[in-house]
Amino acid sequence: MSALKAQVRYEVSSTMRNGEQLLLTLIIPVMLLVFFSLVDVLPTNTKDPIDFLAPGILGLAVMSTAMVSLGIGTGFERTYNVLKRLGATPLGRARLIAAKIVAVVAVELVQFAVLIPVAYSLGWRPTSPNWLAASGAVIVATLAFAGIGLSLAGRLRGEINLAAQNGLYLVLLLLGGMVIPFAKLPGPISAIAKALPSGALADVLREALANDGVRPATSWLILAGWAIAAPVAAARLFRWE
Amino acid sequence: MLVEELVVRYGDLVAVDHVSFSAAAGEVTAVLGPNGAGKTTTLEVCEGYRRATSGTATVLGLIPHRRQAELSRRMGVMLQQGGFSPAARVGDVTRLFCELYGKRVDAAELLQTVGLGERLRSSYRRLSGGEKQRLSLALALAARPDVAFLDEPTSGVDITGRQLIRSIVRDLAHNGCAVVLATHELDEAEKVADRVVIFDRGRVVADGTLDELRSGHDEIRFRSSATLDVHAVSAAIQLAVRSVGDGEFVVDGGAVHVAALTAWLAEHGEPIADLSAGRQRLEDVFLRLTGGQS
Repeated sequence: MSALKAQVRYEVSSTMRNGEQLLLTLIIPVMLLVFFSLVDVLPTNTKDPIDFLAPGILGLAVMSTAMVSLGIGTGFERTYNVLKRLGATPLGRARLIAAKIVAVVAVELVQFAVLIPVAYSLGWRPTSPNWLAASGAVIVATLAFAGIGLSLAGRLRGEINLAAQNGLYLVLLLLGGMVIPFAKLPGPISAIAKALPSGALADVLREALANDGVRPATSWLILAGWAIAAPVAAARLFRWE
Repeated sequence: MLVEELVVRYGDLVAVDHVSFSAAAGEVTAVLGPNGAGKTTTLEVCEGYRRATSGTATVLGLIPHRRQAELSRRMGVMLQQGGFSPAARVGDVTRLFCELYGKRVDAAELLQTVGLGERLRSSYRRLSGGEKQRLSLALALAARPDVAFLDEPTSGVDITGRQLIRSIVRDLAHNGCAVVLATHELDEAEKVADRVVIFDRGRVVADGTLDELRSGHDEIRFRSSATLDVHAVSAAIQLAVRSVGDGEFVVDGGAVHVAALTAWLAEHGEPIADLSAGRQRLEDVFLRLTGGQS
């Protein structure tokens, strides 16, 4: 247990001290939230853009940490033989993965502790929010995004993985209903977007926090599908060295 | 630690070919060989990273890949390369490993031991090659190991660093640890090893103490003119004589032949300098067994 605790502490402190990770997990979500709330340029179709943006940005924060930050960090650790070295300690591979998942959840809690008050300060007042459903969605989405991130990290070389994760982040951000509503995307792209984990998460969060989901039941199913398929893919694809 | 008839194949390539040797507690066993001879692959089987195609490796009575969790608590590992994120801080990563092993080893003291006491807050990327090796050794020591696998521990290390690493390795063995040290640096093995296992093309070509490997292979070394006729000398003293370059010559024979050699050189007006007679150096044993690769 103490080995797991030590590794979690190390993972969290490494993430929070790493400038690039901090930019990705905290600064970009906060900047997007603040900028697009104050500058009304997005076709959000809501009275106040913050009502659309806040759930979407919370979803973006989950994707940033569980997929991109975890995926890039793990990819480089694989390249630098860090995973190999840790695999020969009493921590072992199973607890190393557990430590990474706990660290992702811990960073997400820090993100929410920053983003939710910022959203409130920008005028966000969710009506009858269902925080339990939102928390459930975050947990399921964390599994889905972590599976995607680790699938790439476990196969691609460090720099290629870095480019792939960042590219995927942009695609999922723009097509995922996080800052641009599905209705504003061209028909076929909108259909694809709704099937993406980012789109499903954004929809589920909007339903839970603002009763404004497009098709929440379907989105839950899509998110759950990704949460099962992506970790299975990661387990099959991942190479420790 | 016991390796018996170990075979590791990568597709058609046989990386390790029926290798057998042992390493005892309280001894430093040097595994020598040219690059690609199968040293690292063998160590990786012993560390539990890799499975054998056939044959067995038993470390502390355990089959490594089956009981790696149990073995890892008693095993120190120094990888040939890497093992650290460039941004990792020396103090943080050492503290982490001390906690992972849970042997109450103080990270600051450990870093003092390997001469990195002043580098606690430095990132790994800022360390010199020698400092990186010493940090890697420190993490192996965090385990207070019963068995330690050190892959090229002195690679890229300066003279002072080498002396420190040698002294730590000797202390480890002195305290009862079975130290297995893979290297292609023969002088390091000669200075620190109790036992030497020489690999070549995936096979063990020699296994024994330094004295055992050198015995029966006495030689005389001397310097003379570069144009010395080795065939004539050889015919005169009835021993093989060969040039090893730069005016240096080696006679395959013991000290009893020195008189005949010097008499012939004097008679033919050839100069003689730096004459020594005795057992072969490990380098010569190695070159003889591996066909000149290094």
